[in-house]
Amino acid sequence: MKYETVIGLEVHVELATESKIFCSCSAHSYGSEPNEHVCPACCGMPGMLPVVNKRVVDFGMKAGMMLNCHINRVTTFDKKSYYYPDLPAAYQTTQWFAPVAVNGLVEIETSKGKKNVRIKQIHMEEDAGKLVHDIREDTTHVDFNRTSVPLIEIVSQPDLSSAEEVEVYLDRLKNLLRFAKVAECEMAHGTMRCDVNLSVRPEGSDKYGVRTEMKNMNSIEAIKRAIEYETARHIDAIENGTEVLVQETRRWDDIKGKSYAMRTKETAGDYRYFPDPNVMPVVIDDEWFDSIQDSLPEFPEVKRDRYINEYGLSEYDADQITKSIALCECFEEAYSVCKSAKDAANWIISEIMSILNKRMITYDMLKINAHALGELILLVSDGKVGRANAKKVLSDMFDDLTIDPLKYCEANGYIVSNDTGLVEKVVAEAIANDPKAVADYKGGKEKALMSIYGKCMKELKGNCDPQMLRTILIDAINKI
Amino acid sequence: MKIYSSKLDKKSDKAIVVDDMLLTVDMPTSAGSKMLDGYMSLFEAEAITRLKANGYDIVGKADVGEFSFDLLGETSCNGAIVKDGKLCNASAEILKADEAVATVNLEVNGTVIRAAAQNDLCAVKPTYGTVSRYGTVPVACSGECVSVMSRNASVCREVLGVIAGHDDKDGTSLPEPYEYTSGVRRVAFLKSMTQGIDGEISEKLSSFKATLEKNGVEVCELDDEVICLSNIAWNILMSSELCNNVSRYDGVKYGHRAESFSGIDELYTNSRTEAFGELLKKTILFGSDNLSTENYMKVYDKALRIRRVISEAFAKIFGEFDAALMPACSTLSYGEDYLQSNKDAAFTENFYTAPASITGLPAVAVGGIQLIGKAFSDMMLLEAAELCEKEGK
Ligand SMILES: [Zn+2]
Repeated sequence: MKYETVIGLEVHVELATESKIFCSCSAHSYGSEPNEHVCPACCGMPGMLPVVNKRVVDFGMKAGMMLNCHINRVTTFDKKSYYYPDLPAAYQTTQWFAPVAVNGLVEIETSKGKKNVRIKQIHMEEDAGKLVHDIREDTTHVDFNRTSVPLIEIVSQPDLSSAEEVEVYLDRLKNLLRFAKVAECEMAHGTMRCDVNLSVRPEGSDKYGVRTEMKNMNSIEAIKRAIEYETARHIDAIENGTEVLVQETRRWDDIKGKSYAMRTKETAGDYRYFPDPNVMPVVIDDEWFDSIQDSLPEFPEVKRDRYINEYGLSEYDADQITKSIALCECFEEAYSVCKSAKDAANWIISEIMSILNKRMITYDMLKINAHALGELILLVSDGKVGRANAKKVLSDMFDDLTIDPLKYCEANGYIVSNDTGLVEKVVAEAIANDPKAVADYKGGKEKALMSIYGKCMKELKGNCDPQMLRTILIDAINKI
Repeated sequence: MKIYSSKLDKKSDKAIVVDDMLLTVDMPTSAGSKMLDGYMSLFEAEAITRLKANGYDIVGKADVGEFSFDLLGETSCNGAIVKDGKLCNASAEILKADEAVATVNLEVNGTVIRAAAQNDLCAVKPTYGTVSRYGTVPVACSGECVSVMSRNASVCREVLGVIAGHDDKDGTSLPEPYEYTSGVRRVAFLKSMTQGIDGEISEKLSSFKATLEKNGVEVCELDDEVICLSNIAWNILMSSELCNNVSRYDGVKYGHRAESFSGIDELYTNSRTEAFGELLKKTILFGSDNLSTENYMKVYDKALRIRRVISEAFAKIFGEFDAALMPACSTLSYGEDYLQSNKDAAFTENFYTAPASITGLPAVAVGGIQLIGKAFSDMMLLEAAELCEKEGK
């Protein structure tokens, strides 16, 4: 019998607000000392009252709009109670009864074509702290830096059916939320985490099988492996009766490549949700709603089509650049200066993306003065700076955002010389030094010319218009 | 009675005592619980900051019952105060001894209203949201209010004026100032709320009624059965919120920690078992049960709906009347043995105080009775209480 896998995802995304959701502590603790960004409120001390950070609601709404959700105009916060040492007040403030966004739709495209994934809801909530186990001391420490950092949880309907679809869906979420600048969505940084709900049923069946949940997955590779493993385990259980499937939460051990049922004690329990009386319902009026809607970015595929139709980019180039909002912004800014979309795209795809790859920086983390990039492209296309030298300048521009390309090239002797006398002198010397290459070229070996050309360019430190050098070189050889 | 400060002998007309539910940075805050015995807060209550800024001295702290939701403070980890065979309230004793001009208390479940009504003092539980709850130990956040008790209504009015006002640090703090409306003209006497009262309270009601009428106020008798449901719903809401709010006291970060335990679960359980008193434990269980998935809609949600219905009933009354008159308690004093025969007194005697707690409406207690008014009529209610005071003198 053929089986299909039914997958629903709960994706936790850390919102990129400056401060935490209910207090004014910094929400950015990546790389900070433990408990550096804490106050009595996010440590759950008695007497502090939550005050909703309006930016969190802005970002929550924006995320909802990016995923085509309906925005609840009255959205409320609720308390979810449970005991765990990383939860200082023994409750998490979340949205249970009226989440900020519901009923969305995300289109994904896989090797099998396009597909819609329905979004059940997006709710805002606070993160918990982090337990740090000290093996040497045999103790556990608690770090509250992350406590009350704003999150959204994006709950999909069980519309996904393979590891590939899950990967594409997660990429799509990341791309959309980054375009809206509401979240980083970097699994390696913990700013995106994922719970996978999975069941298996005979293909074509309209009944769901027994569902298991794997919590807190934080790498796409692990998620893919876990999905493959769970699918196989479910099918084996159904076909061969190797075990009885029960609805449960399982822990994925990526090293062993296996999932394990969690102790019932870890999963049992009643969260006793109830409306938080200290947080008044948030009422989103038309003015607020409209201001968020007006601030939405151009969607990635709209940008892509515009790049093709308006700027004449190839489909490949447009796809590459719209992978990341940072690349798009860099492209648009550079284009506005150099006025050549093709050149701007070329520089971004062949130079900038390769520097990023080499430095192991994700495209979204690109930090460059794009206006200066446009100027640099102009210097090259105007024949004022050689391409090889321009690449060196670009590399330096990654480390120094204040570089003015023209001044920098002047200071470093990268400006192309129009002194034909100098070029003729260099060419004459090169020819004299390499009679064999000259003879080869005359004998029909085109490559030999490139060797002399390269030597000349090197001697000229790259500061020569390639066309001019070529013409003078060929003229000189022909005169022999 | 446990009083933390030695400044109490300094008599001044600016001397204020706060109860132990308000966080202070120069004195410990224990909320009457062994769990928080000696707890030093990192910040102080907004009400205290405002009092100090207006020249008041916080001369000491008055003990409270454990998390201050009992009758008069008898569940304090320091023990009950009993005088002449009667249960006493620490704040009221301080005022009667003239050791402060006023006390500022967190009114959770009627303690302040009862203490004032039984001791010939005046107390105001203001409109919910008019005084910041920042820096108060949370118990039943949807109804508790920072309140004022004094020997006379004019001091209550003065102190309330100082501590009231919007505070950005409290998300439920209201922007509106008090309306200084003209005096009380028509009062509804809620007959249905007089059930269970003894002769003395009955007499107090009659004489207050007479005083009002003598001063040209029209008093009409009214029956409203819905308002009688207040404490049933309030007990559900209060215990549920309390259960959640005291969950943070787990012996891990601060407060009492059990000496013997193995593992985190036992640390939680043993610490809480040792530090919490009987009434608190019972209330936690009740509250936890109300919020269970099984009971949420049947119990908690229903209580929220009753809260709305009660608010609507009051709104209807205040369409015609300026205030509602009713008893503040069933009797003018609780004997030492009262609790033996009324084990659940905290959940029954609040029959009289729950209407104001559950709706957030302002209430003023004076001489066995209380007046409840519409939102922001706090100052008007105090004016009416002054009539009664003058009559007494
Ligand atoms: Zn904080």
